[in-house]
Amino acid sequence: MSLEIVLFYLAALVALAATGLAVTRTNASHALIYLIISLLAVAVVFYLLGAAFAAALEVVIYAGAIVVFFLFVVMMLNLGRSAEEQERRWLPPKMWIGPGVLSAVLLLEMIALIAGSDAATSGTPVPPKAVGIELFGPYLLAVELASLLLLAGLVGAFHLGRRYMRARREEIE
Amino acid sequence: MELDLAFIMIAPVLGGALASAALLIWWERRLLGFWQDRLGPNRVGPFGLLQIVADVVKLLTKHDWVPPFSDRVVFTLAPCAIAGGMLMAFAVVPFGPGLVVGDLNIGVLFFLAMTSVAVYGVLLGGLASNNKYALIGGLRSGAQMVTYEVFMGLSLMGVVLLSGSFNLSDIVRAQEDVWFVFPQALGFIVFLIAGLAETHRLPFDLPEAEHELAAGFHTEYSSMKFGLIMVGEYLGVILTSAMVVILFFGGWLGPGFLPPIVWFSLKTAFFVCGFILLRAAIPRPRYDQLMSLGWKILLPITLVNLLATGAIALLRTGA
Repeated sequence: MSLEIVLFYLAALVALAATGLAVTRTNASHALIYLIISLLAVAVVFYLLGAAFAAALEVVIYAGAIVVFFLFVVMMLNLGRSAEEQERRWLPPKMWIGPGVLSAVLLLEMIALIAGSDAATSGTPVPPKAVGIELFGPYLLAVELASLLLLAGLVGAFHLGRRYMRARREEIE
Repeated sequence: MELDLAFIMIAPVLGGALASAALLIWWERRLLGFWQDRLGPNRVGPFGLLQIVADVVKLLTKHDWVPPFSDRVVFTLAPCAIAGGMLMAFAVVPFGPGLVVGDLNIGVLFFLAMTSVAVYGVLLGGLASNNKYALIGGLRSGAQMVTYEVFMGLSLMGVVLLSGSFNLSDIVRAQEDVWFVFPQALGFIVFLIAGLAETHRLPFDLPEAEHELAAGFHTEYSSMKFGLIMVGEYLGVILTSAMVVILFFGGWLGPGFLPPIVWFSLKTAFFVCGFILLRAAIPRPRYDQLMSLGWKILLPITLVNLLATGAIALLRTGA
């Protein structure tokens, strides 16, 4: 039990630190690496809370696919030193005061709310089957809506790509 | 007790995986030699077996050059991500009944998760090298691996449907009557192709296509960092072969005259040799051919396979 609590807080600490660093890095690829670490740490937290399936999906989908695409874009833009300096100019330390104060208020509120309830550092394990039954039972509508959203994205990407492909084909001919 | 066994298993699994990955480098060169009607490395030790020791000594004593124009930290981190991700995935591989480091009930997903972490090694290596060939190699590998990960995951779902579990040991036990390769032949073929692409082995080694990209994403790597990338690649080959055996060929199951772990090793070795034979036999496709093969042929096949398997499973339960 105590080992789980230690692991929980350790993973939570890593997630917080990595997220903070991901926000403040000026080099885009470094920020993305911290984001990956943060996602992995959150997956560990999920696992310790008993949501093994969610933990695995967090790594497969968020860390394994979505951030790969972020990195992909960074690579295609091939941002160099100049982009880093530009980022530094856009985000001087003074910039952080406003968002920092506002999120500090939210943090205090959250601490006040959490302090009243029992802190959960471990939960009952939820097997993958139970997740599936829930998803395609009471939450079927949400699943369908999400898939519609993805379909819209797919059609949009196809439309943009087709115009580019047509131009390319004419160029070749 | 359970925890103790897991801790005892860690050292042999790590040692065994790394040793076989190293041995595989020699074995591949030797087999390729025979298939191409030449001898291959046969000078150092019996049958050239000590070639690998010579190679390691060479790699460790070479100048470990980190390019001054590269992103030093990320450049060093990338090979670790490749080998580390692959080694982590071995934690859920059941070598025999109960012979597994972590018998997770999400074993299949853990395998997919760790291979997708290994993708970062290739991507970041290409990005941090700050070299145009490495960058193009990294970009290609990113697109290729994300594409083929989709089919890899989907092709496994038929097996998960039939066995009713994500646990790799349970999947093996569910194959006592019939190996899943028979009801899931399509899934097996797609998984094999996706596994090849995921480990970026020939014929799908476009991220490091020598004739057009120097050495692709690891152009700038030298010494043992290069060695680690190579070890990661061979770990991937062993891991993919082991997963093929577990998911489609009954894992450790076999006639009783040999212990289960020997059956498992034999079957895995067979598929490793198959991987090498493919390298010797098939030329490299063009990059756009690779991508359209994935999206236009493999994706529909896996979806149809999944639909049919789901329908049959539903009919059987009589719901």
